[in-house]
Amino acid sequence: MNDHVHDLDHDVTNAYQSLSETTAHDDPRWAFGTGFEDGLSLGEAEISAPVPDGVDAADLAAYCQMLGDDALIYSQRLSEWVANAPELEEEVALANTALDLLGQARVLLSRAGHVEGRGRDEDALAYLRDQAGFRNVALAEQSDELDFGRCIARLLIFSTWRLALLHRLLGSADPLIAAVAGKGVKELTYHRDYAARWALRLGDGTDESHRRMQAGLDWAWPYVEELFRTSDEERRLVAAGVAVDPAETRAEFDAVLAQVLEQATLVRPAVAPAGTIGGRSGRQGVHTERLGYVLAEMQSVAREHPGATW
Amino acid sequence: MVTDPDLRVDLGARDVVARVVDPEMPMLTLDDLGVIRSVEEHDGSVVVTITPTYSGCPALEVMRDDIRLALGEAGYRGVEVRTVFSPAWSTDWISEAGRRKLAEAGIAPPGKAPARAAGPIPLSLGAPSSQVRCPRCGAPATEEFSRFGPTACTALRRCPSCQEPFEHMKEI
Repeated sequence: MNDHVHDLDHDVTNAYQSLSETTAHDDPRWAFGTGFEDGLSLGEAEISAPVPDGVDAADLAAYCQMLGDDALIYSQRLSEWVANAPELEEEVALANTALDLLGQARVLLSRAGHVEGRGRDEDALAYLRDQAGFRNVALAEQSDELDFGRCIARLLIFSTWRLALLHRLLGSADPLIAAVAGKGVKELTYHRDYAARWALRLGDGTDESHRRMQAGLDWAWPYVEELFRTSDEERRLVAAGVAVDPAETRAEFDAVLAQVLEQATLVRPAVAPAGTIGGRSGRQGVHTERLGYVLAEMQSVAREHPGATW
Repeated sequence: MVTDPDLRVDLGARDVVARVVDPEMPMLTLDDLGVIRSVEEHDGSVVVTITPTYSGCPALEVMRDDIRLALGEAGYRGVEVRTVFSPAWSTDWISEAGRRKLAEAGIAPPGKAPARAAGPIPLSLGAPSSQVRCPRCGAPATEEFSRFGPTACTALRRCPSCQEPFEHMKEI
């Protein structure tokens, strides 16, 4: 599947070269992806591990896509803050958070591609799937329209939920999921603290900052319900010791949110959850129209120049 | 060790890899950083296994190229660099020498990584710890002004005594 990196002339004028001690760099890099010319990715020891006994490969691939797509799509949305954040420190913080999530997404999608066995690597999954092929939750794909209150509200909700998930996945029977959880728990602890501190500062700040923070929560809250809905694949993988039932993280999520909201003098929004279509939503590939905009931007270069290297 | 004299091998492969420096913190070698899991030689080829610091650390690919180049220049052929995630890297793996070099370069070394108790991970809403020594003037208490610094692994702080800003390697 990585033939595309071998069939063009080597180009040594790549941007990494100036960062590297390398003086005779002869590795061509696919323009949009890993740059690993041998087709392996980081963490390949765990990515290429056998499917655990008693686990359905298609279910495992789907679950890795769910966890990976949440991280990938949200990372893309967070990256919109680069060059747009209110202060340089916040821009760096949001970009670092996006980078951590992108790193998690890459190995999860690599694992999905490996387990699926159809020859798709992380790049094929990120750049060449259409909207219905993505399994992320709706919260990840929404546009916060560069409103900082919305940004912090979503980050608080997402990182609290994902930390609770990954913390329970430390003992997953799948070695790659357990490994991602091991690193991800440390990263998400920082993300959640960052968001919670901003929620506190804004909520318990001026009248205007309080109003904007509450409005941000009200905006994000319709997408909370979906986070705790259990898909069929997850239900089967819980029994196999691979997945965690997201419904089990609800109590921890509610407790953390209650702690932050109370200190921040904010109220838990009383809004109706976003609807489903015939009981189907993000996990089944049913998305809001906002995902289309994310994909159009994220995939545009890869689709315009298939297989290009630099 | 490779024994072919034409290959001018002076150092064992482990020593060659250990001396490669981190691309983002060049005062540290990969050995100081604690990311080298294993270096195995088989019939003149070398398999190096390293672990990433952060999931998305962009330095990893450069490390990989640098290891390959350093081993190539030392006469090794058939170099393969693999990465493994588990167990997850911790700043506790940075060597004493590495901590000293960080401080000398003006980067406050990490303290002990937090122990993970059973149960949910507690939220930390209080003021950030002041217990980080200023690497410039040695004042014992300093303040954090941004949890995220110019690289994934550092936070930004300033010293109330000498007024200088500095980076602090975050404990993970």
